[in-house]
Amino acid sequence: MIVEIGHFALVLALAVALVQAVLPAWGAQTRDVRLMQVAEPAAFAQLGLIALAFAALTYAFVTSDFSVQNVWANSHSDKPLIYRISGVWGNHEGSMVLWVLILALFGAAVAFYGTNLPDSLRANVLAVQAGISVAFLAFIVFASNAFTRIPLQPEGRGLNPMLQDPALAFHPPFLYAGYVGLSVAFAFAVAALIEGRTDAAWARWVRPWTLAAWVCLTLGIAMGSWWAYYELGWGGWWFWDPVENASFMPWLAATALLHSALVMEKREALKVWTILLAILAFSLSLIGTFLVRSGVLTSVHAFAVDPRRGIFILAILVILIGGALALYAWRAPRLKQGQLFAPISREGALVLNNVLLTVACATIFIGTLYPLALESLTGEKISVGPPYFNATFGPLMVPLLLALPLGPFLAWKRGDLLGAMQRLMVVAAVALMALLASLALYWRGPWLAPFGIAMGAWVVAGAVAEWAARIKLLAVPAADSLRRARGLPRSAYGTLLAHTGLGISVIGIVATTAWQSETVLALKPGGRGEVAGYTFLFHGVTAGQGPNYTEQIGHLTATRAGAPVAELTPSKRLFDTPRQTTTEAGIHAAWGGDLYVVLGDALPDGAFVVRAYFHPLVRLIWLGTVVMALGGALSLLDRRLRVGAPRRSARRQAVAAPTPAE
Amino acid sequence: MRGVGRMANGQWRMAVSGAATIPHSPFAIRLLTALFALLIAFSPAQAVEPGEILKDPALEARARRLSQELRCVVCQNQSIDDSNAPLAHDLRVIVRERLVAGDSDAEVLAFVEARYGAFVLLRPRLTARTVLLWLTPLLLLGGAAAYLMRVRRRPAGAPPETAPLSPDEQRRLAELVAEPGSDPSRR
Repeated sequence: MIVEIGHFALVLALAVALVQAVLPAWGAQTRDVRLMQVAEPAAFAQLGLIALAFAALTYAFVTSDFSVQNVWANSHSDKPLIYRISGVWGNHEGSMVLWVLILALFGAAVAFYGTNLPDSLRANVLAVQAGISVAFLAFIVFASNAFTRIPLQPEGRGLNPMLQDPALAFHPPFLYAGYVGLSVAFAFAVAALIEGRTDAAWARWVRPWTLAAWVCLTLGIAMGSWWAYYELGWGGWWFWDPVENASFMPWLAATALLHSALVMEKREALKVWTILLAILAFSLSLIGTFLVRSGVLTSVHAFAVDPRRGIFILAILVILIGGALALYAWRAPRLKQGQLFAPISREGALVLNNVLLTVACATIFIGTLYPLALESLTGEKISVGPPYFNATFGPLMVPLLLALPLGPFLAWKRGDLLGAMQRLMVVAAVALMALLASLALYWRGPWLAPFGIAMGAWVVAGAVAEWAARIKLLAVPAADSLRRARGLPRSAYGTLLAHTGLGISVIGIVATTAWQSETVLALKPGGRGEVAGYTFLFHGVTAGQGPNYTEQIGHLTATRAGAPVAELTPSKRLFDTPRQTTTEAGIHAAWGGDLYVVLGDALPDGAFVVRAYFHPLVRLIWLGTVVMALGGALSLLDRRLRVGAPRRSARRQAVAAPTPAE
Repeated sequence: MRGVGRMANGQWRMAVSGAATIPHSPFAIRLLTALFALLIAFSPAQAVEPGEILKDPALEARARRLSQELRCVVCQNQSIDDSNAPLAHDLRVIVRERLVAGDSDAEVLAFVEARYGAFVLLRPRLTARTVLLWLTPLLLLGGAAAYLMRVRRRPAGAPPETAPLSPDEQRRLAELVAEPGSDPSRR
């Protein structure tokens, strides 16, 4: 019964979304306030209904109702509660329900926080949001029903054990929040095109939503990468897999959008470009959803086996992206072009940022889709793997990172490059020291790596230098600087953290890529091995029993220069349903790097294959992303991003807003 | 093992959703799908076996580098260095045999490509068919540079024909953009 209510609520939500997509837009066109005002209650109603549907599905999973096909196919009564819940989005149909739930959440948030938007803009934005909602709700209702009943089954088929992991339980919601959050920027862009105008206030409205999406996307990607690192069994953290690329492309586009919206807000320049970027960022999210959901990635043929869903999503893509781009092509030329600026200026630096990020994004796009396109056009099968992406993406990031610290030291409109460089002398010195230090430590090579480390140090020191310059550190008395530091807006600290985080990640990426070491040994109990200065002693293997798996646990003691460092217990788990094995690495984490031990297969002579890796500075990769996300979150708290907040009381008297703002 | 889980975006298509979509299909197909999923999805990502490793560390290092350039053709997007599928094992052994026989890196790759086709190379060769793939980044960079130069040379365009702000909206805009205590020309 509850499941049917959920299903019904979802159908109702589709009806509400249809109303919300049509009436407010019509009202905005005809300047009919009553029609425009339909948008807000509709947005809240949509959220309520979809939340009900999601709750019903969750209920079915938690109570293990195996008369629901989706629960039967993806759950098992032995699973711990948390994985019964995460099982809701651990499958195709359920994850689409989560997708529309988050979409409705953002829609309702726009309705709730958007009381200070002009009526017609708000109506148009909410109508576009609802249009996206209609497309995906229709997809769920007509092609991807999560509520289908089947004859009651005694037991479910279980969730893939690889997904029964804390980081992966929360990875999809964050990622989806990032994907779907970009729909707000998209809706604002389309609304601006419909209305035929944009201005600095538009950029200021769009930025917080983009920032929120970006923070979620950053965390979601980092979680996925962190999971891959400890779960997949050899410490890889990024593979340029199409599925990863599908999440990385929107991230790059959103990063570019954040920076171009800054130019638009401060200088009223790059307007037309920013609108396009807002459309592209969400389009890439949609394309990512399509790539992942249609099965086209597994092979071109998987798409043909069950084409209904794929074609449905493809149709959504064509309508939403094609429609938005057509609108852009039609209306954008009429938008007012912004202010001019010299190439050497803060705007110029941000344009460089945008060009490089966009080209990097396009490169990944081409690399991901080229094999698919080539195969469907010519039947020829090629692979585009990590070597391609490393060879193309890497070189594009170098100028980006080199230019990053310079940008903030250039004035708006017309900057002084030489002056900026002079002010970065200390930063350059720090980078040089990092270069020499890493050259001295690792003089055997690879020779490019120390330059990578220096680049990371350059970015971190550059971010700190910008902050120091803004508080006039050492130029004025310390108390004065302290007062300035307190007075700096939160967004300044957000920038500081985000750029610092990027630099930290770069250092981690370079170090672990260039200097990781590994050994692979067949060890009998009592055998020893060595990696990167650690000695490890293998004691043997014992059996263990988990809630829904049995495991073989290896026992090792790691020592360094004779002193014990850690007991490591890598294991291999065999899950009951479905019967699959997973590996759990034994990891000794330290700032210098991780000792990472994996238990392999038993050999006929009683020995076990043991693989030991040392991943230097690998934690910096995720530390950096968390710092980046923190920076974004801090920036989000900046009062100035909340439009009109400082003037709220004054404005309320003037406009007599009926609902409380924020 | 990577195949299934590689969910940089919340998808776990292979085994889980693949199986989920076919409860009504004939048993044989279901079984086949399950087997297929097992084959390509659950090869734990641990590659090189102790027995494969070459005595000469320099040759072994070259073998590892080459292994990262070669796709395990039955796996989902894994190099033979990452996969422990039997085929990946065979390929790793072939690579090492060729190296011991004195082949150069290029010769080894050509040898494997001749047997498994261009699909095995993770770094596609520059051919007429892949020229767009390799040149796109450069073309885009060049295009962006050319566009920016052109825009700079062009005088400010004719006044656009957009709906102007009404006086009331103009006032609200000014109100929204202006902030007490901050100079709008600075950050």
